[in-house]
Amino acid sequence: MSTTTESESAARRGGSKGTASGGAVVLPPLDGPERRLYWAFADCATIVRRDLTHLVKQPANIAWQLGSPIIFVLLFVFVFGSAMEVGGGLDYKTFAMPGMFAMTMAFGFMNTALSVVIDKERGVTDRFRSMPMAPSAVVTGRGISDVIQAGLDLAVLALIALAIGWRSDGGLAATLAAFGLLLLLRFALIWIGVLLGLVVPNQEAAGNLFALAFPFGMLSSVFTPPSMMPDWLGTIAVWNPVSSTANAIRELFGQASPALGDSWVEQNAMLMAIVWPLIITAIFLPLAVRKYQSLSR
Amino acid sequence: MNPSEHAVLAEDLQKRYGRRNNVKHALDGFDLAVPTGTVHGLLGPNGAGKTTAVRVLATLLRPDGGRATVGGYDIATQPRLVRRQIGFTGQYAAVDEILTGRQNLEMFGKLFHVDRRTARARATELLEQFELVDAGDKQVRGYSGGMRRRLDLASSMILAPRVLFLDEPTTGLDPRSRSEVWSSVRSLVQSGTTVILTTQYLDEADQLADRIAVIDSGRKIADDTPDALKRAIGGDQIEVVVSRAEDLPAAERVIARVSGAEPESDIETLRVSGPVSDRVAALTEVARTLQEDGTEVVDIGLRRPTLDEVFLRLTGNRAGREAADGEASTIRGERDRGGPSEQSGDSGESKEAAAV
Ligand SMILES: Nc1ncnc2c1ncn2[C@@H]1O[C@H](COP(=O)(O)OP(=O)(O)OP(=O)(O)O)[C@@H](O)[C@H]1O
Ligand SMILES: [Mg+2]
Repeated sequence: MSTTTESESAARRGGSKGTASGGAVVLPPLDGPERRLYWAFADCATIVRRDLTHLVKQPANIAWQLGSPIIFVLLFVFVFGSAMEVGGGLDYKTFAMPGMFAMTMAFGFMNTALSVVIDKERGVTDRFRSMPMAPSAVVTGRGISDVIQAGLDLAVLALIALAIGWRSDGGLAATLAAFGLLLLLRFALIWIGVLLGLVVPNQEAAGNLFALAFPFGMLSSVFTPPSMMPDWLGTIAVWNPVSSTANAIRELFGQASPALGDSWVEQNAMLMAIVWPLIITAIFLPLAVRKYQSLSR
Repeated sequence: MNPSEHAVLAEDLQKRYGRRNNVKHALDGFDLAVPTGTVHGLLGPNGAGKTTAVRVLATLLRPDGGRATVGGYDIATQPRLVRRQIGFTGQYAAVDEILTGRQNLEMFGKLFHVDRRTARARATELLEQFELVDAGDKQVRGYSGGMRRRLDLASSMILAPRVLFLDEPTTGLDPRSRSEVWSSVRSLVQSGTTVILTTQYLDEADQLADRIAVIDSGRKIADDTPDALKRAIGGDQIEVVVSRAEDLPAAERVIARVSGAEPESDIETLRVSGPVSDRVAALTEVARTLQEDGTEVVDIGLRRPTLDEVFLRLTGNRAGREAADGEASTIRGERDRGGPSEQSGDSGESKEAAAV
């Protein structure tokens, strides 16, 4: 290696470098472990604010996301509904509405995956990862803003349900608890969405996740009682976490399906509507955070 | 080598992509030592491993082997401390499309843990510095490529980082935006920032870099000052352009006598050139002789080889090699990684050439 370095090149670049003047390197504050927790929350709040700005600036997205549940409502309730017999004199609209709430929550992980993959493709994720912010904040911030968005989605759906004549027969507390269970399911699926968003290579691939979401949402008790399905399909549907949530909220709405089987999961729908989301979160939250930290694109 | 004198020290970094039967060595024994306060250019053909090197050093990618420190901290064991020291601008503009330019800068400022008021003030300053004031409150998705790029750079300069990584910072910018970026980089260097810059533009490396590392196939094949690299592939040339073809022989005779070597001449451009050692003496001698002979001269001057020539000379052998064995990547994948004997053929030679 040659040693004719500094003076020569400084001279070549003329006065622009010259003698160093003014300024100094400015680094972010160095925090001890006790400040870590503070920043984990503060950074998370910053990310939530950003995600919600996205929501507000793109109202068309909300309409788009609610498009498919609304089409499902129209199809199932008004087109197939007349031919559907769920037994016990329960009218199909009453059966299908809670199912539709649950299905919307189930499909929600695709929105999460899509937001995550867009950030990844645009390089925003890389910028976050190269910064001294709390590494958990991007993932937890995404989670919180998605739950807020899911709350909005549910509110709109509930209005539509009211408009076509659906009513909750449970008390106020039970009805609110039902919406709580719905949000809990959505919350658990966020981590699967984040993980999938980090794993799939691009937006087009994220679109293909619908092939995964569709059976996950539909192979359940949302639109048909599993007891009316072929045996093996019925078993899958019964154990689907979406079914547990759907069955539990029907109970809370005071509209328990008469076609409910007597398997253990179906009889303990309320318990399972809490346990399933916890299991999913326990498995996929750490996986999602780890994947985020070790992303290697 | 002492880490405190070097903002970046990398030794034998390895990064492999792909599976067993189709391994791609993106980094294959990559070394780098960047003295604090300098600008180091990473230059190399497409796929050489520049982006990979920068991403590994910025803690975005975990290396498969080797060690590196950035700002004195180990990238593998102290990534959080490394991230406090660095700014990073990737190859593609990484800004939020839905937010405005100002909101982007304020958000990144807060995530750098700057208090709200400072983050605001800094955003305003940077918008001015990068001439984004008018667009500052508009959504980024309406920005041109150059505006995005400038916002992206501004985002990595919110604090004056100790080490700034720039991956092709001016690709896609018009000449004016490029020189703005260059002056921002220079002013950061003045405040003590060390810059590692990959680029496809040799003039950019020439303008900004104190030293240039030429990378090929995941390893460094030369590392020197731009001047030394240019000198290494041949000294200065004297060049004369005459006005009429009849005058060419006269010019050739003079240059042959002065340079003591066979001159090159081009009948199309009426240009004659030859290598010289004593620049000023040669120039005066040639000019005087031509004037005395009454040869009509359009242009006369000294020319140092451009970095383009250095670059092509150093990396050109790869193109030949790849053409010769077709599936270069497979062959590289199958051999045991980084056997020194394998590489010495080409790159050893180039290194010698560069160090002359
Ligand atoms: N995620 C990946 N998976 C597989 N191969 C990869 C991946 N990223 C990079 N590579 C390969 O590693 C090599 C080095 O890539 P890198 O992006 O570092 O090159 P580069 O010098 O930045 O090129 P360019 O000038 O095109 O930006 C290339 O051959 C590339 O194909
Ligand atoms: Mg690159």
